[in-house]
Amino acid sequence: MSAYQECLSIIYEALEAFLQPGQVLSEDSALVADLGLSSLQVMELVADIEDKLDITIPLNVLPDVRNVRELAQLLAGLRGAKS
Amino acid sequence: VSLLQKFAAYADIRSDLQTHGILPFGVVTERILSPTEGIVNGRKTILAGTNNYLGLTFDTACIEAAQQALEQEGTGTTGSRMANGTYAGHAALEQELAQFFGRDSALVFTTGFLATMGMVSTLAGRGDVLLIDADCHASIYDGCRLSGAEIVRFRHNDVADLEKRLRRLGERVANTLIVVEGLYSMLGDQAPLPAVAALKEQYGAYLLVDEAHSMGVLGERGRGLAEAAGVEEAVDFTVGTFSKSLGSVGGFCVSDRAELELIRLMARSYIFTASPTPSVVASTRKALELVRGRPELREQLWRNARQLYGGLSAQGFTLGPEAGPVVAVFVEDRTAAIAGWHQLLEQGVYVNLVMPPATPSNASLLRCSMSAAHSSEQIDRIIAAFAALPFCPARNVARQEGGAG
Repeated sequence: MSAYQECLSIIYEALEAFLQPGQVLSEDSALVADLGLSSLQVMELVADIEDKLDITIPLNVLPDVRNVRELAQLLAGLRGAKS
Repeated sequence: VSLLQKFAAYADIRSDLQTHGILPFGVVTERILSPTEGIVNGRKTILAGTNNYLGLTFDTACIEAAQQALEQEGTGTTGSRMANGTYAGHAALEQELAQFFGRDSALVFTTGFLATMGMVSTLAGRGDVLLIDADCHASIYDGCRLSGAEIVRFRHNDVADLEKRLRRLGERVANTLIVVEGLYSMLGDQAPLPAVAALKEQYGAYLLVDEAHSMGVLGERGRGLAEAAGVEEAVDFTVGTFSKSLGSVGGFCVSDRAELELIRLMARSYIFTASPTPSVVASTRKALELVRGRPELREQLWRNARQLYGGLSAQGFTLGPEAGPVVAVFVEDRTAAIAGWHQLLEQGVYVNLVMPPATPSNASLLRCSMSAAHSSEQIDRIIAAFAALPFCPARNVARQEGGAG
């Protein structure tokens, strides 16, 4: 599994807790516009993923992340930088 | 989408807020009567949300000092600290602050916001890391943004989460500034400073503590949480404000680090704004003297804080995690919080209405702050006004029992 795919599945798993009934996830799902996450929920999601991957995601890069794909790309990049 | 499109959402919120006639944000005190009373909406009102912790705004000695400075030095300095805006009073205040905190030097800024923002944004730069508590004040967040440094936040007051993040930084920890507050302004809880200080030492980072709400409130000499926790040596930079315990306006940083003097030449919020007016400097100096000389004010403040916290707790309200001068009542429903705020005001009690995203959770807050100047009778009236709110838990229990019987 590529680093990107691995990060994608971790994001899907972490997002489960935030989904409304009937919501379907894809790489194009926008965290705020489609999934309706509040800024607090985005922070909780990020903290959850940080713990799962044992990485730290700087606050500075989050405004550029709109959807699941961009988040997975960011995580894959951060993991690459760490190893 | 036009430039002004984004304002539409705020217009909706504003009209929601105005359904009761007065806008809770920016309420006008028509006449201020004392540190704890004013005329609001034509009614004599107990002020229970002013952060006027020691009640020094009407202290005779402070007023006299301000009047004298006003007459002798004029209404304003019309200039920056770096240019013509440093008078003997500014220099003396810096010396007195350094002495008060037992530090080598001090810097006086025009507001607390500018002090915090200026220190954070100047201490860290590109390539550095700012490791901040999630509940830090907006001035810290804004300082972070301006710094160009990498911003990492840890879960509020969560020492294990802080340690994880320090560990992940590896060698970069030497370029890291940890930022916490002595007493958090919204819920009134304190930082776990001994543990934070121990981690800072263990990993070799730097530590800045914002004592805005804890100076004059905590510690044997009123220096704040670091003094109360016995960890002042681990704190590299202390920032704070004059607009709470000291009853004026302005901000400062104190430190033993020689670099503080260089920050005078670097911090944009110090350089590019006019310095505090002479009357403000004079009353602040007097108030600092009183913090030192009248520890009984602090004791009275804590008695008042415990009375309010205990009284509201007995009514079954969900409050911030610990008793202190900031007592926050959680209200889950925003509409109920707005209505509750208006009802309190109609009963002659002013508190702060705080709504997300300014709150640490999705709940709204009816936030009270106590002053040493509140009388026990005023605090009873505040508690009674809360007890009359429709969502007061004790009131509802009593009703249910009454209905069953």
